[in-house]
Amino acid sequence: MKIHLKPLIPFSFSTELQIYLTGRALPYDELTDFHPILEKHITSGYVGWMDGLSQGTCHRCGNTESHLFGEMPCSRCGKTCTYCRKCIMMGRVNACSRLHVWTGPHLEYLLKEEPLKWSGKLSPQQAEASRKAIEAVKTHSILLIWAVCGAGKTEILFEAIAEAIHTGKRVCLAAPRTDVVLELGPRLKAAFPGIEIAVLYGGSEDRHHHGQLVISTTHQLYRYRDAFDLMIIDEVDAFPFSGDPSLEYAAQKSRRETSSLIYLTATPSSEFKARVKKGVLDAAIIPARYHRHSIPVPELSWCGNWEKSFAKKTIPKAVSKWLAERLQFSTPFLLFFPNIKIMEEALPLFQRLHPDIQYVHAEDPNRKEKVQSLRENKVPGLLTTTILERGVTIPRLEAAVLGTEKPIFTESALVQIAGRVGRSADHPTGNISFFHYGKTEEMLDAVSHIKQMNAEAKRRDLIVE
Amino acid sequence: MWNKSYCLYCELPLEEETTWKSLFLGDEKKNEFCTECLMKLQAIEGKRCKICSRPQDEEGICRDCQRWEEDPAWQGVLSRNLSLYTYNEFLKELMARYKYRGDYILIFGFKKQLKKILAEVTFDLAVPIPLSKERLFERGFNQSEAGLAAMDLRPIYALKRKHSEKQSKKSREERIHLEEVFLPTEEDISGKNILLFDDIYTTGSTLRHAGRVLKESGALQISSITIARS
Ligand SMILES: [Zn+2]
Ligand SMILES: [Zn+2]
Ligand SMILES: [Zn+2]
Ligand SMILES: [Zn+2]
Repeated sequence: MKIHLKPLIPFSFSTELQIYLTGRALPYDELTDFHPILEKHITSGYVGWMDGLSQGTCHRCGNTESHLFGEMPCSRCGKTCTYCRKCIMMGRVNACSRLHVWTGPHLEYLLKEEPLKWSGKLSPQQAEASRKAIEAVKTHSILLIWAVCGAGKTEILFEAIAEAIHTGKRVCLAAPRTDVVLELGPRLKAAFPGIEIAVLYGGSEDRHHHGQLVISTTHQLYRYRDAFDLMIIDEVDAFPFSGDPSLEYAAQKSRRETSSLIYLTATPSSEFKARVKKGVLDAAIIPARYHRHSIPVPELSWCGNWEKSFAKKTIPKAVSKWLAERLQFSTPFLLFFPNIKIMEEALPLFQRLHPDIQYVHAEDPNRKEKVQSLRENKVPGLLTTTILERGVTIPRLEAAVLGTEKPIFTESALVQIAGRVGRSADHPTGNISFFHYGKTEEMLDAVSHIKQMNAEAKRRDLIVE
Repeated sequence: MWNKSYCLYCELPLEEETTWKSLFLGDEKKNEFCTECLMKLQAIEGKRCKICSRPQDEEGICRDCQRWEEDPAWQGVLSRNLSLYTYNEFLKELMARYKYRGDYILIFGFKKQLKKILAEVTFDLAVPIPLSKERLFERGFNQSEAGLAAMDLRPIYALKRKHSEKQSKKSREERIHLEEVFLPTEEDISGKNILLFDDIYTTGSTLRHAGRVLKESGALQISSITIARS
């Protein structure tokens, strides 16, 4: 991408602008505070710019799909002007827009002797993965950390982040979902108390903060360019990262040319697995949970034509039996549905079993509160879409999937769902059931995935039971 | 080459039927909303205010319009407003993306419905409501003019904006009854029936301010069309 740049004429530049713009590429409208001084920095060569759109590509989000561009009579350039609709939620980028980049002196961070203040201890397998991560930071290489749900992924990163910060590098930890970013923020702030940390998600207050350590949703990375020496991408398999090429683009664009890249996942895609197998991608595999108990293996259970049952206003027998047992022993549960519509229609049937059963889905404004009331045993259980397949940790939780044969339940989704069960050291076991109307490859793969990880953990003597 | 079309709002592929149709229509722009998005829109039907289209239990004129009509300064300034939809949550989000994010082409998704409602209006000229310079730069387009373009109407620039004063400092009463925000231009509109377009009808005050200036310049009747009625 061509950067338009005037020769550097030394003058006392604004350090605020330097800090704000370093590692970013921003349109005029996102530089409101600097409008009075922007032109001077451009003519003196401290700020350069590139086209917002050219040759059918949006240079903020990488969009190239023709139906995601619009045309408008533009009052800024006075012409019919193309604009990107893909990233429009961050403000519009037009063909006549410029994305401004900092081209003045480099921003240097103060060197920190011991940035990490964390007193926890890594398990031997976490420590092993941590060593590999540090190595990746030192050698600017790419590493996949493949760790089962409940392995303690975040702690594995601490030393590697500390190594980067210690040597004056800039770090980004990106996750696809806001929930994850919100959860990681406080943990990293506690671990790195002296470091400037920006936590970014749609509508976050930190949007204007610089951050030597940036914790961000992948979407927010659209604003960055050539910024990070260490990029860590959490849940690299998760929606929306795998399905959306522009997020991949954003993650690549925001890395510096010489930088390290660490992918984190519990359920790598087959493409990642193939790359590991071929030896082209270095991996640290952690097959056991930090509490050293094996992961509960899902039970497959045929439940007949459940859609027909619901149409007749009944719950399939196998499912109601499973539910009755959970209710009898007050075991908190999640019951996963393939879509919202079926779940909504089925709720009244389930409320006959217990009036306090509720449901959650992606657009539910009370999602957090409902999960919290499950944690506090105020509701016996929740019906849910796949939105809760990740990130939820509730002691004693058990889970079941209804309609496991539906395509939305991929191997990775099912492994994640099973990963909700038995996470706490006090209750390391629990039931996970896949109710289905015909077995699919995906559910069989999910079961063998978990069995393989357990076997590998046993082989490496990582399991105590 | 098989050209797939997508819903203008939610971006899901449109049903093939539509795609076939658009193939035959050739050049026609394929800006459309999908059936599911359309279903989330709530059309204004049945009994409503004769002037402003607010849905209500009886025919006749709503209380707000009565208040306008009782004031000699505003009487008859707006003959009739037609709105397509109630301003529900879905439409609020859609309009926010249109107006505040500036997704210009969204308005063209309403083309069919706008043209249908347009057939009910008698007018000679279509006049866009001008934006302040600052707002126009910020947004990059004028949403009133865009609506006229979606109805394939040629805009007649019969209004301009008075140089902006800070609106927020004044009370609602002052804003509605005292402040003139629009001025007439050189365009001759005497004896003409005028159509205005705005995205949302809220209090009706913008449309009436525009209407009054036009009437003072000799326009006969002022009608308006909006996407939403809040
Ligand atoms: Zn874009
Ligand atoms: Zn332009
Ligand atoms: Zn749609
Ligand atoms: Zn009315």
